[in-house]
Amino acid sequence: MTLAIEMEDITVTFPGVVANDRIYFSLQKGEIHGLLGENGAGKSVLMKTLYGMHRPDKGKILVNGNEVRIDNPSTAIKLGIGMVHQHFMLVPHLTVAENIILGQEPTTNKILLDTKKINKDLTVFCEHYNLCIELKSPIYTLPVGMQQRVEILKALYRGADILILDEPTSVLTPQEVDELFKAVKVLKNQGKTIVFISHKLKEVLQICDNITVLRKGKVIGTVKASETNQNELAKMMVGRKVKLSYKKEEATKDKIVLKIENLKAINDVGIPALKGVNLNVNASEILGIAGVQGNGQTELVEVITGLRKATEGKIILDNENITGISPKDRLKMGISYIPEDRQKRGLISDFSVMENLILGSQDTPSFSNDKFRINFSKVIDFAKKLIKDFSIKTPNKDTKVRYLSGGTQQRVVVAREFSRNPKLIIAAQPTRGLDVGATEYVHNKLIEMREQGSAVLLLSADLDEIWMLSDRIAVIFEGKIVATKDPRETNRREIGLLMAGASLEKN
Amino acid sequence: MLVLKKIDLNITELAQKALETFKVELKKIVPQLIAIFIALLVGSLVLLATGFSPIEAYGALIVGAFGDVYGIGQTLTQATPIIFTALAFLFAFKAGLFNIGAEGQFLVGALAAAIVGISLNGLPNIIHVPLALLAGAFFGGLYALIPALLKTELGAHEVITTMMLTYVAIYLTGYLVTDIFKAPGWVSQTPLIAPSAELPRILPPTQLSASLFMGIFLVILTYFTLQKTVLGYEIRAIGLNPLAAENGGINVKKGLIIALVISGALAGLGGAGEVLGVHKRFIDGFSPGYGWDGLAVALMGGLNPFGSFLAALLIGVLRSGGMTMNRVTGVPIDIVTILQALVILFVAAPVLIKYLTKSGKKND
Repeated sequence: MTLAIEMEDITVTFPGVVANDRIYFSLQKGEIHGLLGENGAGKSVLMKTLYGMHRPDKGKILVNGNEVRIDNPSTAIKLGIGMVHQHFMLVPHLTVAENIILGQEPTTNKILLDTKKINKDLTVFCEHYNLCIELKSPIYTLPVGMQQRVEILKALYRGADILILDEPTSVLTPQEVDELFKAVKVLKNQGKTIVFISHKLKEVLQICDNITVLRKGKVIGTVKASETNQNELAKMMVGRKVKLSYKKEEATKDKIVLKIENLKAINDVGIPALKGVNLNVNASEILGIAGVQGNGQTELVEVITGLRKATEGKIILDNENITGISPKDRLKMGISYIPEDRQKRGLISDFSVMENLILGSQDTPSFSNDKFRINFSKVIDFAKKLIKDFSIKTPNKDTKVRYLSGGTQQRVVVAREFSRNPKLIIAAQPTRGLDVGATEYVHNKLIEMREQGSAVLLLSADLDEIWMLSDRIAVIFEGKIVATKDPRETNRREIGLLMAGASLEKN
Repeated sequence: MLVLKKIDLNITELAQKALETFKVELKKIVPQLIAIFIALLVGSLVLLATGFSPIEAYGALIVGAFGDVYGIGQTLTQATPIIFTALAFLFAFKAGLFNIGAEGQFLVGALAAAIVGISLNGLPNIIHVPLALLAGAFFGGLYALIPALLKTELGAHEVITTMMLTYVAIYLTGYLVTDIFKAPGWVSQTPLIAPSAELPRILPPTQLSASLFMGIFLVILTYFTLQKTVLGYEIRAIGLNPLAAENGGINVKKGLIIALVISGALAGLGGAGEVLGVHKRFIDGFSPGYGWDGLAVALMGGLNPFGSFLAALLIGVLRSGGMTMNRVTGVPIDIVTILQALVILFVAAPVLIKYLTKSGKKND
């Protein structure tokens, strides 16, 4: 096989950091090549260097055997290299077609857009790659998966033979991931070369031919997907053995901590989002909620924490009806909450680590005897203890959390929420955007809390995570819990079907 | 002896600590000092262009502001009301509110204090003064409650409402002192307040009153409240990230209302201090825009209570020194105003830009 790309001895440095350290990387024509590594391992930097967004300090790049100099993305595009970024670069109010042709608009007499030709050409073009899409829809009306498809089409339209996908699955639902993988395979069959950047082991094994693992800016190795496994990859990626499954004590199921009866609520635009949810979570149990995004998960969490009002139904915590009480009282009654968006809901990024650690407890007797003055010597002791106990990697307690990495920020949230001795923990997407090490940490902590008797309600878009941690799996569909299953007695197919709403008619 | 030694040690330690913090705080204002210097440099170009000697003019300014007891008194008198309005702006700002209506709250507080000062004759000084001050704070706060409720209940933006209500306050107080509470004579003003309601003058013959002490006390109290209390913590949390604050069980609406009412009360208290200490009555149009100055001064002071205090002093220096500059060197008062504006622009603008770009990013 011929090599499409050779990157030799590439070194890229940023002030204080060596992002890529003498990297050798090559791509065979027509393969799907996985680039695996934790956040900050240098995957994106390497590919952005190939795409002309970073200039290497050292090293050379060969495309189809010829040495080239890529100073900017337009040079890369001319060489047939296309990149789909993690954050899309689309114009929301333009249509799909307009976005695809942007910058290369076919015109009549160089003045008017040749709309007819555009639509005809693009329809053929999309069919050729089997990437069907409604060309006339404005971008903002499309789901994320479709927007990504537009990005891919855009790159192909510019003549990309080598397509770089930067963490393409991080924003997608499981269904959208399947769609993407199908599309990627079609592209491969048509002779395109694809680089698939990811930190998810399962995905790279599933889709890639070869996998290159990076760690701390260095290449650890390149392996064939067919000759490796998750454990080996995880070890290469993290540098030590990583747990991929967890052993837990059998759940006791003797005490109901959270009981939800016929709970109803409306969403932000006034449409019913919860249509009568019934649910129990026991002490020492992790109940995973599986479901496609937008089936009421967000609203369910908000109603339980008190951020959203229930229109009907009851929430009972430890035999006490908490349906009408304020979020603050719920906190005090022992509900801990890891919000799905830690930057937006979980943390105050301009507060110090210490200040964030007491959020929600600032007026409790632990920190304020009179609800007026905060006893800072107690707060300092508490912060120091938590930073130590939860190994929060911060320069000191007064560092603003803004300056911490995503994984460390999540540790701050976890430390704060778990230090309250919660009866109930609501963990919404607790590992979204975290690397393997940080994910493992959060998982271990959740299990630890479960062993200590907390009830855990886990919501995740990552079915693997639900599968790995849950004692029971409840499936939510269109605002209702359609089934609750023991993970040992069910399989992915069944859960998948339930998530898609297939069960009700059949059973 | 042992005990003595220990205390001695503690004192030196404390002194060292205080010195350290002072050094750290001093470092923070270095950019501001540079900005002032640049502003004066640009100002000297203006002076040169209009045919005046900058050295002479600035010399007169410094002599005017610090040269004698009268100058110092005048400087502090000019600074005093601005300390209050700057604190008012700052306090609301910490909750993420842009209270640009301090002028209105200042006037409402001033008139309330004047009315209490006029009407409750025969009270002892020790009761009458606090009562009048309290009236100022209360009505200033009450006046800020209107935009607060408009925001939390109807979602009306406080920038619009506080600004509009300022005009309401200007004309309403103006009307009241030309009609109901008018003193005999041609001027739109209330009668003199009872002597028992007067704040003592602390540096005669200047108009400097005990209102300055109140201002200094409030600077410390504001700092303490924001940094050391549950309320301050919650207000800052709301200002920086209301969603996360809500998540942490903080009642955001309540916090916003409290912050804006306290802000209004601070401005109202400033107005009361001016009436009870300086003018002894409410005169229509007596404020040259102290409320607006407060906004600029709070920004100049880096949105920090102590910084605002220093910035207010700076404005005091420019105002009182500027008057001398005008008198001694004949620099027209317009040029003096330009100089003041330059200083505000150079010092406050970077803070404002930093704030605006930051909030711009948040909105993305």
